[in-house]
Amino acid sequence: MLPLEALATGVIDALIALLMMAVSLLPEPLAAPFEYRFMQRALLTSVLVGAICGLLSCYVVLKRWSLLGDAISHAVLPGVAIAYLLGWPFFIGAFITGALTSLGIGALERHTRIKADAAMGLMFTAAFALGIVIISKIATSTHLMHILFGNVLGVQTTALILTLVASLVAVLAIWLAYRPLLLYTFDPQQAQALGFNTSLIHYGLILLLTLTIVASLETVGIILVVAMLITPGATAHLLTDRFPTMLAISVSVGVISAVVGLVLSVSLDVASGGAIVLVASSLFLIALLAAPKHGLVARHWRRWRLNRV
Amino acid sequence: MGMTDSIPALQATRLYAAYHQHPVLEDITLTLPQGQWTAIIGPNGAGKSSLLNLVIGSLSPLRGELRILGDSPAAQRRAGNIAYMAQHENMEWDFPISVRETVLTGRYGLMREDPLWQRLLPRHWANPSHRQAAEAALEAVDMADHATRPIGELSGGQKKRVMLARALAQKAKILLLDEPLAGVDPPSEALILATLERERSNGHTVIMVTHDMPSARRHADNVLLINRTLIGMGSPGEMLSDTMLARLAVGTPDARHGGVRVAA
Repeated sequence: MLPLEALATGVIDALIALLMMAVSLLPEPLAAPFEYRFMQRALLTSVLVGAICGLLSCYVVLKRWSLLGDAISHAVLPGVAIAYLLGWPFFIGAFITGALTSLGIGALERHTRIKADAAMGLMFTAAFALGIVIISKIATSTHLMHILFGNVLGVQTTALILTLVASLVAVLAIWLAYRPLLLYTFDPQQAQALGFNTSLIHYGLILLLTLTIVASLETVGIILVVAMLITPGATAHLLTDRFPTMLAISVSVGVISAVVGLVLSVSLDVASGGAIVLVASSLFLIALLAAPKHGLVARHWRRWRLNRV
Repeated sequence: MGMTDSIPALQATRLYAAYHQHPVLEDITLTLPQGQWTAIIGPNGAGKSSLLNLVIGSLSPLRGELRILGDSPAAQRRAGNIAYMAQHENMEWDFPISVRETVLTGRYGLMREDPLWQRLLPRHWANPSHRQAAEAALEAVDMADHATRPIGELSGGQKKRVMLARALAQKAKILLLDEPLAGVDPPSEALILATLERERSNGHTVIMVTHDMPSARRHADNVLLINRTLIGMGSPGEMLSDTMLARLAVGTPDARHGGVRVAA
């Protein structure tokens, strides 16, 4: 365990050093807060979380899994509470209840006449309620508040290592399974006909989503993580008609929102999770209005020109 | 004709299938030889698409056996011998994908055979045979000029042609088509039928679910009448007679075709 931890800390230090080279190019007032160690760690966490949320966001948006993302993110709460009671790292409990709930949703949907959206609503509210009941029994804990609303400035080393590992797993999985994932997202029937194991792809993608949510908890919190799983992908979908480009734009939107949100939350002294999501929402609004082909302005301009002819 | 040609393309033995306990196919026994064009005809909800779904694995048989090229359907899917063109009623057409990449997805199964390093690279550096097959298929359906356009911008007939190109690019032994002519403009229809003629003359097996009697009469070698159970199977002239179509509507099997039905 020790050599692995040393390796992870080494990788984290190297990545922070890389990020600081970019920060040193910024004007002095912006770069100043990053002299503190906790700010550097917050910056690295934000970049990683923005990137993997942006990556997964494309699949969430195109597969219409927004509600599923919301469901999984709420379902991690009882896991966090139970892990707190047992003295486990919070992400183990979070991952277990998140994964169990998403499997439960799939089972309800397949084997009963309950429809998908009702199955999700049922399962995640039940899980969330269980989490609230357990928490109400525990003395108020600021740590649990951070899980609910995120506190990137207080990121612990274990949480940063988890975020790093989750990012590596997500990037590797999407790279190795790029084509099966693309085909499954675009046309699952065709993936089935070409002999791909569609259940494996389906549940693999759900587990990847759960992992991303768990890794993002300390940064944006349970309530707002779903925004980072929808907004970057939705923004990118407005800006391009190519999937690889959509991935790139979505990752950029995620990273930019996380970093700018972090800086704003420090300079305005507001909650980091909320600041990050508001930056992402603003980027979406700009794309919605000004996207060259699918934006509202471009659409109305085309309609106006058609009417004039 | 080699030994392999005597293996039937599709062989069903006392096949039953159901969706949510609701039976869709009952007691289907039939044999389709390779290299022929079969039209599957029947009323809506008669189980025509279900038969194709059994082949592509999105539906599992309740009872009975289905063999594709003498093998299990799953093994033949993985071997890339089954190309499938769905009705695509529930497709998300605003998916960010170009016409060319859509056709290339037909090669994704075959790309599993490529060495690992090729699969990890962007397709520009990957095995050029996939790209060539996709370009040739786009040429065959006269859509090469639209290769870089997003799929969602095309008309209904153009989309069908691209989806046919995707099936062709796979170069599979068996082509399964679910209503390839539904909602298609006349020029596209002629082009699709001519393309399928060419595929058959190159030795491919064409299995097509259709509501279009004239095209079945003109092009198919066999016609399969299905209304939950097999009503009849034979030449288009025989099966598309008024008596047989009346039987199809009511759902009573043809007495002469009792037991095992083998294509003409």
